[in-house]
Amino acid sequence: MSIVSCCDTAFSYEGSVVAHGLDFRLAEGDYLCIVGENGSGKSTLIKGLLGLKQPSSGSISYGEGVSARSIGYLPQQNELQRTFPASVEEVVLSGRLANRGARPFYSALDRRIVDETLIRLGIGDLKRYSFGQLSGGQQQRVLLARALCTAPDTMKLLILDEPMSGLDPLIKQELYSLIESLNKQGITIIVVTHDVQTAITYATHILHLEQRQVFFGSAHEFQHTKAGQELIRDSCGGHCLVCGLAAQHG
Amino acid sequence: MTEIYNELLQMFTFTFMVRALFVGLMVSLCSALLGVSLVLKRYSMIGHGLSHVGFGALAVATALNAAPLAVSIPVTIIAAFLLLRLSERGLIKGDAAIALISASSVAIGVFVISVTTGMNTDVDNYLFGSILALSQDDLILSVVLTAAVLVLFVFFYNKIFAITFDETFARATGTRVDIYNSVLAVLIALTIVVGMRMMGALLISSLVIFPALSSMHVCKRFKAVTVCAAVLSVICFFIGLTVSFLFATPTGASVVLVNLLVFMILYLIGLLRGHLHKSNG
Repeated sequence: MSIVSCCDTAFSYEGSVVAHGLDFRLAEGDYLCIVGENGSGKSTLIKGLLGLKQPSSGSISYGEGVSARSIGYLPQQNELQRTFPASVEEVVLSGRLANRGARPFYSALDRRIVDETLIRLGIGDLKRYSFGQLSGGQQQRVLLARALCTAPDTMKLLILDEPMSGLDPLIKQELYSLIESLNKQGITIIVVTHDVQTAITYATHILHLEQRQVFFGSAHEFQHTKAGQELIRDSCGGHCLVCGLAAQHG
Repeated sequence: MTEIYNELLQMFTFTFMVRALFVGLMVSLCSALLGVSLVLKRYSMIGHGLSHVGFGALAVATALNAAPLAVSIPVTIIAAFLLLRLSERGLIKGDAAIALISASSVAIGVFVISVTTGMNTDVDNYLFGSILALSQDDLILSVVLTAAVLVLFVFFYNKIFAITFDETFARATGTRVDIYNSVLAVLIALTIVVGMRMMGALLISSLVIFPALSSMHVCKRFKAVTVCAAVLSVICFFIGLTVSFLFATPTGASVVLVNLLVFMILYLIGLLRGHLHKSNG
C-alpha cells in the first residue's frame, strides 16, 4: 500500500513553474532520497508534501492513517538557531505543539514523551543543556527528537531537508545510522540531500529533480543511469564519506 | 539620605509623575516581552523604524490639529505590517527597508512641522521625549496594551516560542504563523506609539532591544530570557525615572543609560561565567 503518491504534480510560484512531472509513489518503509541541484524544486516538493504549498496541477495523496500529525519534519538548518537561548527540553517540547490544539500548556504526557524520545535518540543527558551550546551534530539530533515527538507512536513518515549539511563525516555517519534505524522501525523516510554517494548506500529509492522529475526508481537502478553516475561522481569529489572511510579502512 | 528619601516621596505627589511611572512601567514590560521575540528573529530594527514613523505621524497630527494617538496608531500599525512583510518576502533587504522608511518618515515630519508651526520645542519633545506629554488616553491605552501582551505571553507562550525558534517547523506542524506575526506587529506598533512620547522617537527602540540582549548574556533558556528581560526592563525604567526626577535629567535618556549600564554589567558577568565554565570543564 502506498503511503504517499504524487500524480503528475506540478508546482509554480506566481505563474512560473518551478517543478513539474512529479510522478511517484512510496510504500510503507521505503527510504527515498531526493537529489538535485539548488533550485531544482526539492524544497518546493517538500513544502508540497507538508501541505504548505498547493500543487498548481496534479495531486499529492497520502495513504490511510497518514495525516499532518503523523508526519515528522526536520527543516533545513537555520543560522539563527545556532546560538538560540533555549534549553533542549524547550526545543523538543515544541514538537508536541501540533497535538495541543487550543490547549495552551504542555501536559505531563508531553514531558514524558520528550524524555522518552531524547533517550531513544541517545541524548537523554542533554535535556537541560542550552541548544545554542551544542555541536552541530547534537543540534540535529535534538531537532530530530522534536520531529519524532510530533507523533512518537503513530509516525508514518519522516521528512528531512538537508539534515547533513555542515556536519563532519563521522557525525554524518552516525546520523545516517540513526535515520536508518528509524527506517527499520517502519517509518518511511524522505530525505533531501546533496550527498548522492552516501544517499544511495542507505536509500531504497532515488528521486532526481531538475525542475522536473528526471528519475524515480530504486537506488540500484539509479547507479546505472548516466545522470546518476555523473551526480555520484560530482558529489563525491574524492572526499566524501564513503570514499573517505574506504580509504581510511585501507 | 533622608533628603533623597523625602524627595522620592515627593515624586509621587505629582500626578504627571505617577502617570509617567505607570505608563512607563507598562510600556517597559510590553516592549521587553515583545523585544525578546523580535531580537531573536533579527527584527530588532523594526522598533527603530516604527518610532521614526511614529514621529512623522505625530508631526502630521499636530499640523492637522488632530488627536496624536488617532493618527499615529493606524499609521504605525500599517508600517509594522509593511516592514514585517518586506523583510519576510525579501523584496527589499530588511535593514535597507527600515532605513528608507525611517528617513522618509522623519523627513515628512520635519517638513510638515517647519511649514506649519515652525521648528519649536514640540520637535524636541517628540525626538527626545517628555513625561509631560502623557495624557489620560495614554494611561488607558497602556493598560489595554499590557493586558493584551500578558494574555498573549501567558496563554500562547509555547506558540510564540515555536514561531521565534523555527517558523518553518511551526508552520509545518499547523501553527498559524501569519496570525501570530500580525498580532506581534500590532502590539509592537502600539507599544512604540505609547512609549515614544515619553521616551522620545530616537530612544524608544532601546526599550525593545536592551532588555532582551542583556538577559541573553546570563540566561540560556527561553523562558528565563523572557522573564529576566521583563524584570530588568521594569527595574531599569524605575531607576531611570527616579534618576531623571532627582537630577532633573531627561527621562528617556536616563532610562536608556540605566539600560546600557545593566547591559554592560550582565555582559561582564556572562563573560566571567563563560571563563569559569571553560576552566572548570
